[in-house]
Amino acid sequence: MDIVVTVKMVPDLVEELEVNAEGTDLDRSAVRLRLNEFDEHALEQALVLKDRYGARVTVVALDSGDVDEPLFTCLAKGADRAVKVTGDFQDGLSTHGAAAVLAQVLGGIPHDLVLAGVQAPDDRDGQLGVLLAAALRLPHVSVVTAVEPAGDRAVTVRQEYAGGVVGELEVDLPAVLGVQAAPQAPRYAPVSKVRQLMKTATLETVAAPAVEAGAGSTVTRLARPEATGRAEILEGAPDEVADRLYTILADRGLLKQ
Amino acid sequence: MSSDVAVIIEHLEGVLAEVSFEMLAKGRELAAAGGGQLWGVLIGHGVTRLAGELGAADGVAVVEDERLAHYTPEAYERAAAAALQALGPRVALVASSSMGLDLAAGLSGTLGWPLCGYCKDVALTGGTLSAVSQIYGGKLMATAEVPGEHAVCAMLPGAAAAAAGRRRGTATLREIPAPALDSLRMRFKRLIQPEAGDVDITRESILVSVGRGIGSQDNLAVVEELAQALGGAVSSSRPIVDQGWLPKSRQVGKSGLSVKPKLYLAVGISGAPEHIEGMRGAELIVAINTDPSAPIFDVAHYGIVSDLFDVLPALTEKVKTSA
Ligand SMILES: Cc1cc2nc3c(=O)[nH]c(=O)nc-3n(C[C@H](O)[C@H](O)[C@H](O)COP(=O)(O)OP(=O)(O)OC[C@H]3O[C@@H](n4cnc5c(N)ncnc54)[C@H](O)[C@@H]3O)c2cc1C
Repeated sequence: MDIVVTVKMVPDLVEELEVNAEGTDLDRSAVRLRLNEFDEHALEQALVLKDRYGARVTVVALDSGDVDEPLFTCLAKGADRAVKVTGDFQDGLSTHGAAAVLAQVLGGIPHDLVLAGVQAPDDRDGQLGVLLAAALRLPHVSVVTAVEPAGDRAVTVRQEYAGGVVGELEVDLPAVLGVQAAPQAPRYAPVSKVRQLMKTATLETVAAPAVEAGAGSTVTRLARPEATGRAEILEGAPDEVADRLYTILADRGLLKQ
Repeated sequence: MSSDVAVIIEHLEGVLAEVSFEMLAKGRELAAAGGGQLWGVLIGHGVTRLAGELGAADGVAVVEDERLAHYTPEAYERAAAAALQALGPRVALVASSSMGLDLAAGLSGTLGWPLCGYCKDVALTGGTLSAVSQIYGGKLMATAEVPGEHAVCAMLPGAAAAAAGRRRGTATLREIPAPALDSLRMRFKRLIQPEAGDVDITRESILVSVGRGIGSQDNLAVVEELAQALGGAVSSSRPIVDQGWLPKSRQVGKSGLSVKPKLYLAVGISGAPEHIEGMRGAELIVAINTDPSAPIFDVAHYGIVSDLFDVLPALTEKVKTSA
């Protein structure tokens, strides 16, 4: 089975996010990027399938900056090929735009199964997996937490709903899945192995084709949420705040007598 | 240009989702602003009887077919697309839920309508549609203008008050013929109900809820000790469950459980919208996080910007010795 995993760099949410002077986008010079967490789960799901049943795993990323090392990390974890799609993506790309580019690129890469992270923190106009499926005219399922082969030309997938209820679906291949969580936590790639691959392996590169990407909407304002009902912050040394919190809980009758 | 609004009604096993009523409430506002009609769109098999609960809408469009008896992304997307093509609304509201993640983007992809995801608000002003999306894990809000004659907006649960959309009544029924549902490439197999856990977190009055900030499974002892001292239970965000550190029955949020304890102490949880969805109804929310801009502080009543490993032991000690 040929599995393609799409991965993307996104702003690290643990960092302070600065908005540009126009107030319409991130200040992209100031963001620290990391691989989208859900994409890491998508890769893990692919590698689990490879380990159990055999598969060829190709990782594809748009070159939106600093993508080489993450791609080598994917190879170090066990991916067989890494493809970097080069183009003018530094200022970000709508999800509709990314899907249109990747749909073209996937025309040249065998794919029985395409796995994408279920969403990304900067998705505003749709999840990549679903839009890619629409562009490729393939079936798709989002919020997937398990994938198993069902014969040669289908997979059984689990899709999560609210309250922990899970739907089980059988999907014909080729198909696109939006992975929420792999059956196990994403594996770790030793730094030494990544370093070594950076010297010995090569990333394949493909130039992005020109595409028509009519996503539609334009951001007029990007800002922090308005601070309605923001928490009252308890300040002080850990012992002091613990004391104050204790008093608050006691006053509300929340402590056992 | 149409000023109508269509709401794709979400239901599972014959029960309407709360978010459906929230969207009807929001849809009513939008329809009023544009002078259009509000439509509920019901897709399924034997679902026409649910129309009686959708009295907040002017009309209910129903797509019935036995192949729509269970949710599958492909068949439901075809049915929803057929309904939207027949109704041609200015804006279609879809829940930003597990099912909605399939449908909203799928409809945008197949109909070519622009999409705004993760909407906290949608407004029609003088014919211009704008949407406010909550992105970057809840840290930022993007306001966008949406051109064109049609659009899909995926509404976050909790964006509007369900009460305003909950009206019984007799909306006009309109049957929409099911689209071609042969050559489907996916089949529903079964629904799996969650396993009951050792603790039912939906019944606990005190929850100490732990997130990725805890760092490792061994560190969970710090939260367990506090929960025990307080006479409560430990719950968690999703990554803790995905790591296999706690069972699924402890997960709070969109794909976990909704809880309403008297006290929800969120430690090392950033407050992503999917987490907030499950705990915002708690009576008292206290958050401990090293990141002062963590979105959890927007829903918490009290916040402590500090390392949880400094504060929790001190609090546990205090609770233990004062008891
Ligand atoms: C369809 C879908 C459904 C989902 N369902 C759920 C769900 O049901 N429940 C859920 O929780 N998530 C759910 N998620 C995932 C959600 O998007 C977030 O990824 C998740 O909630 C993040 O969990 P977290 O806050 O524990 O981790 P992070 O976002 O990584 O946050 C960790 C926090 O810990 C803080 N921290 C780090 N070290 C310390 C320290 N020493 N002391 C104090 N603070 C510290 C950091 O500042 C950070 O804010 C879902 C996602 C999708 C797409």
